[in-house]
Amino acid sequence: MKCFVGIDLGSTTTKALILDEEQQILGRGITNSRSNYDIAASVAKEEALVNTRINLVRQSLEPVSTLFENLEEFLSGLERTFRLEQFMEQLADLESVCHTNASGNRFASREKTIIADALRKIFHQLREEAPELFAPGASRKSDFFRDIAGSRYLAIGEASARELGLSFDLLLNVYDRSIIEVENHFGEGDARMMMLQALQRMLKVTPELESQKNIILEKVEQAYNIELEESYVVGTGYGRARLPFSKDHIRSEILCHGLGAHIMYPETRTVLDIGGQDTKAIQVDPSGIVSSFQMNDRCAAGCGRYLGYIADEMNVGLHELGPMAMKATRKVRINSTCTVFAGAELRDRLALGEEREDILAGLHRAIILRAMSLLSRSGGISDQFTFTGGVANNEAAVMALKGLIQENYGEVTVNIDPGSIYTGALGAATFAHRAMEEHA
Amino acid sequence: MSQMTPPDAIKEDSMEKQKQMISANFHELAQAPQQGRKVVSTFVPGNINELLMCFDMARNLPEINALQNGMRKKTGRMIMEAERSGHSEDVCTYVKADLGMMAQGNIGPTGETLPKPDLLLLSYTGCFTFMKWFELVREQYDCETSMLHIPYQGDGTINENMRDYVVKQLREEVIPTLERVSGVKFDIDRLREYMRESAKSEEDLVWVLQTAKNRPSPIDAYFGGVYYIGPIFTAFRGTEDASEYYRTLRSEIAERLEKGEGPITPDGEMKDEKYRLVVEGPPNWTSFREFWKMFYEEGAVVVASTYTKVGGVYDFGFRHDPDHPLESMADYCLGCYTNLNLPSRAEMLSNYVEDYQADGLLINSIKSCNSFSAGQLLLLREVEKRTGKPGAFIETDLVDPRYFSGANVKNRLESYFQMINQKRGGGFSEGVAA
Repeated sequence: MKCFVGIDLGSTTTKALILDEEQQILGRGITNSRSNYDIAASVAKEEALVNTRINLVRQSLEPVSTLFENLEEFLSGLERTFRLEQFMEQLADLESVCHTNASGNRFASREKTIIADALRKIFHQLREEAPELFAPGASRKSDFFRDIAGSRYLAIGEASARELGLSFDLLLNVYDRSIIEVENHFGEGDARMMMLQALQRMLKVTPELESQKNIILEKVEQAYNIELEESYVVGTGYGRARLPFSKDHIRSEILCHGLGAHIMYPETRTVLDIGGQDTKAIQVDPSGIVSSFQMNDRCAAGCGRYLGYIADEMNVGLHELGPMAMKATRKVRINSTCTVFAGAELRDRLALGEEREDILAGLHRAIILRAMSLLSRSGGISDQFTFTGGVANNEAAVMALKGLIQENYGEVTVNIDPGSIYTGALGAATFAHRAMEEHA
Repeated sequence: MSQMTPPDAIKEDSMEKQKQMISANFHELAQAPQQGRKVVSTFVPGNINELLMCFDMARNLPEINALQNGMRKKTGRMIMEAERSGHSEDVCTYVKADLGMMAQGNIGPTGETLPKPDLLLLSYTGCFTFMKWFELVREQYDCETSMLHIPYQGDGTINENMRDYVVKQLREEVIPTLERVSGVKFDIDRLREYMRESAKSEEDLVWVLQTAKNRPSPIDAYFGGVYYIGPIFTAFRGTEDASEYYRTLRSEIAERLEKGEGPITPDGEMKDEKYRLVVEGPPNWTSFREFWKMFYEEGAVVVASTYTKVGGVYDFGFRHDPDHPLESMADYCLGCYTNLNLPSRAEMLSNYVEDYQADGLLINSIKSCNSFSAGQLLLLREVEKRTGKPGAFIETDLVDPRYFSGANVKNRLESYFQMINQKRGGGFSEGVAA
C-alpha cells in the first residue's frame, strides 16, 4: 500500500500523519519534540505507523464485527493493552540502559551499588503503577513515555535518594543520559510483536472470544501483513531544516497549515494556528492556496508556550488549564502577554485575592487578544474560520476566541477539528501526495 | 544610502572605486579641523550636497555612520551606551547608534575620529526623528543649526507654491547661514557645475537600476542596489568622482546584461533566478549578509526597491537642472521617496511590480522606525489588490542586532517564496526550495 507521510516538527510536539493513495488518513502519531528533532521525527512516524496498524486492524475486523459484542470497545481495549505492553517494554529498556549508564567508571563502587539499588526500587514501583495508568478511563498528564516515566522517576527517585543517602543529582544524571537512547530504540517490528502479545492478553480476558480466536488472530495478522510503502515524505515546522530530507521534501508550515485546514474544512478562508512558539494567521483561497499571512514577530508572547509556563507556575498539567479557566465566575482583565511577566502577574493577582480560575480565564483571553491582532493584520476573518494547533484543544482559549470573533466580526462559522493539532502534518502529507502525482 | 565595505567576493572596479571614495571622505572629515575646513552634518533624504560643496564644507552623514558601524557589528554596544544615558528601547536605532558613538569618543566606522560639526543642516523634515536627533546633537556640541522645511506631498503633487517656499528658504535662510559659517561667498555658477555632474550620475544610475527589467536581472536592486546608491545619496553627488563611479558601474552592468548574467552576490553569481521581488523598506545592516543570503540561496532577486529612492527619485525623469539650480534642488527635496504620500507610494510600488515583472511585494518593516513603518500594511494590501500578486511582511531593524531574529525572518521568507510558487500553480517538480 502506497503511503504519504507528513511530519510537522513543532517546538513543543512533533506530529506525523500518513495518507493512503485516496488521501484518506491511515494513521497519526505525536510525540514531544525535546531537544532532538531527529528522534522526535522518527518517534512520531513510528507512532503514526502504530496508529495506522490499529486502523488497519479495525478495517480487517469490521467484516467479522458480529463476533464482538462491541468492536470499538474491543479495539480501544486492544490499544490500551498495546500501550501498556509498549510502556513496559520501554520501561525495561530504560531500566537496563540506566543500569549500564550507572555502572561506568564515573561512579565509585559504593556509589554504584547504591545507585543500582535505587534504580531497582524506582523501576519496581514504576512497573507496579503502570497497569493503572492504562486502565479504562485513566487520565494521564501526558501520553508521552518520557513524560510519564520521567515524572514518576523523578518523584520516586527523590524519595529513594533521600532514603539511601544518595545525591539525587546522580540519579537525575543517569536518567537524562538514558532516556534519549531509549526513545530511539523503538521500531515497527517491535510494535507488531507487542500488538500480537496485547491481542493474546485481550483474548485471555475475553473468554467469549475463545472460540473465534483463530479468525481474529488471522485478521490481525492480515492487517499487519499489508506492506506499507513509504512513497513520499514531506516535513514542515520549525525543525524542518534538521530533517534528513532534501529540500524538495520540505515545505513551510504556513502553507501546510493553510492546506491542512482546507482539507479538513474546504470552505475555510481564514486559519489561526497557535502553536508552542508561534502564532500564525493565514488567509487561504478556495483551493487552499495561501494568499496572505502574518506571524508573531518580536517575541513568542501569546503562544502556546505561555500556557505551558503558566501551568508550570501553578504546578498543574498543561491540559488542566483550560478546564480550570472554564470555572471562572468573573472577568479579570490581563493585558500583558509577556511570558516572563505572566508569573509575576499571576502571583500579584493571587496576592490581591483573585480566584485562580478567574485569573486563568483572563490569561487565556490575553493570548487570544494577541491572536486577534495578528488576524486583523493578515486581512481579518472571513467565513469560514478554522482554528488549529495545540491551543485549539484548550476549551477556555476557544471560548475567548469565539467571543472576540463574535464581537469583532459577527457570525462566523468556527471550525475546530478534534485532531487540529495534526493540521500541519495533514497539509504536509497532502503535499507529499501531490508531489507523487506530479512525478507520475 | 549605503557606503559599505564591499563583500570580499565582489571585486568589480566600481566597488574598489567606491571603497576608496568612502575612506577618503572619512579621512577628509577627520582632517577637516586641522585644515581649517568647516564641517556640516546632514541627512541622506533631501540632502543638498551640491550646495554644501559650494562652501567647501566637509559633509558628515550620521545615518551613514550608523549603518557603516552596523555593518561592522559595532552598533550593539553603541546602542546600549545610548540606552544607559536614558534613551528608550523604542527610539530609532540610527539615533541611538550615533549618540552612543559620540559618547564613546566619536570614533567613526573606519577608526578615525569624527570632527565636531560646525553646522547641523536639517534639509529634510519629513522624518520628525531627524529634528529631535539634531536637537540632541546640538545640545552636545552647541553648534549652529539651519533648517530647510520641506512641505509634505500630502496630495501627491509638487506645486509652484511649495517650490517657491523651498527656494525662498534656500535664498534667505540656508545660503546666508552657509556663507556665515563657512566664510565662503556663494557662487551660483559653481552650483551649476556640480549639478551638471549630478545629472550625469543620475542618468547612469537610472540606467543601471532599470536593467533589472531584464530576465535574468543582471543586478539585485536592493542588496546590490544599496551599494549602487552609495555615492549619489551621500557626500559625492555632484562630484567628478561620482560621475566616474557611475560610468564604470554602467559599463560593468552592461557587460553582465550582454552576457545574460545574473546578479553578483557574496557567494558569486546568482545563476538561477526563481523569484523576482519588489522590496519596500531598508535592509537590516547588522546581519546584512545573512539577510541577503536568505534571498539568493532561494533564487530570489530584488528587481526594484523603494529604499534606493529615499535619497532621490530619478526613475521618473527628474534630474538636477543646472539651468534652474535652486528650483531643481527644491524639486529634488520635495520628490524624495520619503516625502511621498501613501497613495503615491502605493502607485509607485504597484507600477514597479508590473514594470519589472515581479512576483510580488515584500515589505521589510523597521521595528524602531515610527515615521515610515506607519501605513506599510495598508500599502501591502493595496499593492496586492492592484497587481493581484501576493505580498509578504517581515520585520527587522536598522542597526540594533537584538532585533534581527534570523530564524523568524527566514521562516517567513521561505513561506513567501513557496506561496508565490503555489500561486503560480507550481509544485515540487519545479524544484522550488522550501
